[in-house]
Amino acid sequence: MAQVYFEDVSEGQEIPKLVQGCDSQRLVLWAAGSGDYYQIHYDKDFAQRTGLPDRITHGALKHALLGRLLDEWAGDGGRVRRVACSYRGMDMIDKDVTCRGVVTGKRQENGSNVVDLEVWTEDPGGKKTTPGTAVVELPSK
Amino acid sequence: MTQQQASVITDEMRARIGVESEPVAHEVDNTGCRQFARSVGYTDPIYFDEAAAKGKGHRAVVAPYGFLGHPVVVPGQAAHVPEAFRLAIPYKRVLNGGTDIEYLAEVCAGDRLAATTKLTELTEREGKMGPMLIVSTETAFRNKNGETVAIQRGTAIRY
Repeated sequence: MAQVYFEDVSEGQEIPKLVQGCDSQRLVLWAAGSGDYYQIHYDKDFAQRTGLPDRITHGALKHALLGRLLDEWAGDGGRVRRVACSYRGMDMIDKDVTCRGVVTGKRQENGSNVVDLEVWTEDPGGKKTTPGTAVVELPSK
Repeated sequence: MTQQQASVITDEMRARIGVESEPVAHEVDNTGCRQFARSVGYTDPIYFDEAAAKGKGHRAVVAPYGFLGHPVVVPGQAAHVPEAFRLAIPYKRVLNGGTDIEYLAEVCAGDRLAATTKLTELTEREGKMGPMLIVSTETAFRNKNGETVAIQRGTAIRY
């Protein structure tokens, strides 16, 4: 994928979205990868005993997916500095999580080219379940 | 009918706000980086292959965004769980409220990080599933030179 440069970016610009299916295998992979073995994410009976309709996608996985969205956009020459998000809505198992971002500003800071973004995840109905903000550094031409 | 819920925040809990924990060792290794990267769906070889990572100017296999190693846990030894996570809260269930990770430097396989955590805020709220206690924490990750490489802020919703 071609490198995105600081000069190419403008406020209001939407970055390419990332769609990730979150089936039981994905959630078990994440449990192992992150070390979060809380059963509400892979044990349906356990999840239902806590009052949930079914297993839910880990919030931290959605945070990490927003990180990947930005990492893949920023390319080899860029760097994801910060992603902050809130888990406002639950994403149920077996549903796609769509990660999106829009540029909200750009600035130069101590010699770095910094881009601020609004980022979020959407459920299949288009509802924003994980709103957040992010800071990315991009190379200059 | 509304009923005033008694606060579950004790003076003891309040006294822990701002107190930094003892450091917990987090090991960042090749397998951990690969496993985390695979679970998030990364395909960039810098997260899997040392030669590819070095070829792109990195020190070693790169820890993907959000991976700050795994805490070292030895069965039979007292778990090094920071105080901020050991509060005497009467609610059994927990949900993750949010995550914020800020990087100040790149983290790579081979790094051994010292994580210190402090409780930053306790807030009570009435939610759909009953009374909730929102526990906010901040963890600083330092490398072997004592430099802070990442700061993680999180909220746990106890209910």
